[in-house]
Amino acid sequence: MLINVNMTINGKAVSGQVEARTLLVEFIRDHQRLTGTHVGCDTTQCGCCTVHVDGKAVKSCTMLAVQATGKSVITIEGLAQADGTLHPVQEAFREHHGLQCGFCTPGMVMMGVDICRRHPNADEHTVRQELEGNICRCTGYQGIVEAIMDASAKMAGGKA
Amino acid sequence: MENFGYHTPASVADAAKLLDANEDAKLMSGGMTLLPTLKQRLAAPSDLIDLAKIPDIKGVCRDGDELVIGAMTTHAEVHENALVRELIPGLASLAGQIGDPAVRHRGTIGGSCANADPAADYPAGTLGHGATFVTNKRKIAADDFFLGLFETALEPGEIIVGVRFPIPVWSHYQKLRHPASGYAVVGVLVAQTKSGVRVAVTGAGPSAFRATAMEEALAKDFSVKAIEGITVDADDLNNDIHASAAYRAHVVTVLAKRAVAAR
Repeated sequence: MLINVNMTINGKAVSGQVEARTLLVEFIRDHQRLTGTHVGCDTTQCGCCTVHVDGKAVKSCTMLAVQATGKSVITIEGLAQADGTLHPVQEAFREHHGLQCGFCTPGMVMMGVDICRRHPNADEHTVRQELEGNICRCTGYQGIVEAIMDASAKMAGGKA
Repeated sequence: MENFGYHTPASVADAAKLLDANEDAKLMSGGMTLLPTLKQRLAAPSDLIDLAKIPDIKGVCRDGDELVIGAMTTHAEVHENALVRELIPGLASLAGQIGDPAVRHRGTIGGSCANADPAADYPAGTLGHGATFVTNKRKIAADDFFLGLFETALEPGEIIVGVRFPIPVWSHYQKLRHPASGYAVVGVLVAQTKSGVRVAVTGAGPSAFRATAMEEALAKDFSVKAIEGITVDADDLNNDIHASAAYRAHVVTVLAKRAVAAR
């Protein structure tokens, strides 16, 4: 049995018919062809699939597509402005070399934006604690932590 | 995971009706344990009854000497709520130590308690504060709620709608966090309540329990020294890849002392 789902993704109204068991990340990637959101562990641990649902970071591998009905979803594709200007967190990842292979990056950036919103001028300890649910196997986290601290300060200062 | 029917009842009464009508249905709150369980095919319910659309079972309010937390209130909401921070800061702190930020945005107090994972934090939080579970059928004291490994006093068709916390004089939660999962290898909540000192332990045994010898000692003398030599019996504790029973017994005392020292 298929169920109708409708939501906005990156501000655009989308709808589709899915099985109840279809995960939000499957709807985003396979139905909407927005493949920036990655699936790493598929067990709620690695954070590669992090998106925002109604403004809050969640792991889209552990939410059903039907649970997002009527909600606003933002993925990594929805962060930069239409003219290509990067979001301050994306810009900070570039500036501080917050990535190597890039697989975890969409989730890191989406969680980074969530951290910056909740913790203006976040210190290093806070950022490291808050990255508990996002795993990177290349960078050793140093550049990621620096990027999020920098973006958090800039966003708090209204510079970006 | 296997497919299932999906329902979003608008009231607790409707949810209960659906539950009665579908013998193999499961309730879903945040889904932070249930969805991974379904993915591993450890369970295959015929129907999922999602409680997310029921308006009156989420949020926090004060009712006299009690703080009432709706079953569908997320860990992040409990952690950030101004009333919880003012009246039971030890509980706000506990909620902020569950899982990771994305999990805290979805997981709920009702779901965590109904699941009764032996390493979850809320069982110690509810037991330690002498909280009461309000269901669609009755009230159940936390003392009578956690019966064993993933086992609670909830009966078929029973739904937690909220948790009532008597506002304590003081409380504090200490946790040895598993570095990968974030679950409590051991967690201890110490509370000074109007009806006495309570010490609740999670992570160490098959389900949360009270360390009554420590409670008695702290009632006479609320100091670190008073519980220095008191240990819980390791025979009743979990012995697994993460920690031996003897180690857990040792850590219970260490964390209880740290909690008392925080007073």
